[in-house]
Amino acid sequence: MPPPLAAGMSFKPAHMEEALHCASPGLWFEVHPENYMADGGPRPAMLEVLAERHPLSLHGVSLSLAAAAPPDAGHLHRLRRLVDRVKPVLVSEHLAWSAWGGHYLPDLLPFPRTQEALARVAANVLRSQDALGCRISIENPAHYLVLDGHDWSETDFLSELVRRTGCGLLLDVNNVHVSAHNTGVDALAYLDAFPLHAVTEIHLAGHGVDEDFPATLLIDSHDAPVDESVWRLYRHVLSRGGPRPTLIERDGNLPSFDVLLQECARAGDLLETGGRAA
Amino acid sequence: MNALADFHDAFVAALHDEVSSFAPAGHAAFAMYRNTVMRACLDALEANFPAVLCLVGRDWFRAAAAIHARESLPKDPRLARYGDDFPAFLEAFEPAAGLPYLADVARLDRLYNESLDAADAEPLDTDRLVGVAPSVLAATRLHIHPATRWLASPFPALSIWRPSRNGVAVGGELAWQPECSIAVRVAGEVSMLPASRAELTMLEACGRGATMGEAAATVATAHPDASIELTVSGLLRSGAFAHP
Repeated sequence: MPPPLAAGMSFKPAHMEEALHCASPGLWFEVHPENYMADGGPRPAMLEVLAERHPLSLHGVSLSLAAAAPPDAGHLHRLRRLVDRVKPVLVSEHLAWSAWGGHYLPDLLPFPRTQEALARVAANVLRSQDALGCRISIENPAHYLVLDGHDWSETDFLSELVRRTGCGLLLDVNNVHVSAHNTGVDALAYLDAFPLHAVTEIHLAGHGVDEDFPATLLIDSHDAPVDESVWRLYRHVLSRGGPRPTLIERDGNLPSFDVLLQECARAGDLLETGGRAA
Repeated sequence: MNALADFHDAFVAALHDEVSSFAPAGHAAFAMYRNTVMRACLDALEANFPAVLCLVGRDWFRAAAAIHARESLPKDPRLARYGDDFPAFLEAFEPAAGLPYLADVARLDRLYNESLDAADAEPLDTDRLVGVAPSVLAATRLHIHPATRWLASPFPALSIWRPSRNGVAVGGELAWQPECSIAVRVAGEVSMLPASRAELTMLEACGRGATMGEAAATVATAHPDASIELTVSGLLRSGAFAHP
């Protein structure tokens, strides 16, 4: 039995040496597979070396599961090849779309949660799980505006998606905070309605404001330390749902490996105490 | 039941068109999506064309890249591949007319990334060719390594690319002459090597499946002044070939 996953961090190539030498118990790493889907060469080779040393999670950003079209077969095939090569312990994607009309729009775009959308996302999740040969987990997105035309609340939509496909869920607590703030929803009420039983992974990240927008709009920027408001929500989740593998997600303003390790340690302490500050 | 598809169509149109009747685009926050998509495209082009970025500066680069991105969104979510038509765009881009070498510098940036991400293959062990009878050698077909790329430029593209790739200004000693380049990947590292026109002719012939004898004959015809021996030995040393 491998040791259980505790707190992990986003992997960046700049941290390769430290990652290989780090023996922190329960530490794991997550990457966007799109960055390692080369036919060969040093990038997938590096990931393979990392995966031999630490548990690895593949967190996709481009399967476009909420598009009114099946995921790209070539992309699924390449993802399967990477799955076979690095044997990830977790595979996840987003409740969003990003590919349409032959183009890839590098963002995670929103959609009305209709019956039609649910049927489509469920079909796409099933197709992906078949192609990858494993269960995938779906992440709640960050919202910046309120769309009209929803048939489902997001939490009910995700519950039903789990029921129809057997998928897991990735609960991004920072997205909950950002979305609640931006769309006037109560974050705690959202979390209390969230199907925590299906959660396989939790994301914690920093957020910020964009200079082009009013400071009232929070952006899921992944370029800052995890905010205290997000730590509070995280403790609430742990007290209700129990411990889950937790990722410190960081993409921009990359700090030193040790700074990220300190955030991992804070999450690790909370995982051990069930959300109570030690 | 195509409401979701209609929503995608309208959303994508509103990403391009700031004057849109699509209801969600009426929110000020809709611009977040426009900005994020465009920023990701520009960041990817910057990352994929560092020598071009160095030559023209960040403001010029992002202004040009934004025009290109609006015409040519990514097709592949592997953004390291984005920009396959950016060199051709730069070639036709009026404000770049004073920098005629820019498109070839962009092509070298592109070849570098292609070489980096190409499939793995065992390199040719050139020691195995030592002592082989000339008639056998002439009938041998050399396989080009999947990570090998080449470019013939009418400009000193490689001499401009090399310092620019490292963020350094091109020195004044630049000789203004055509240059050929070969990208090879050895032990996971890409090298961009200067080459002769004869070496590229040899590579092209090998790539078409010619034997070494046929390739040598092609080189001799096209470049009567070139030394076949030097052309072959230079290519073999470079790591451009794979084990068959």
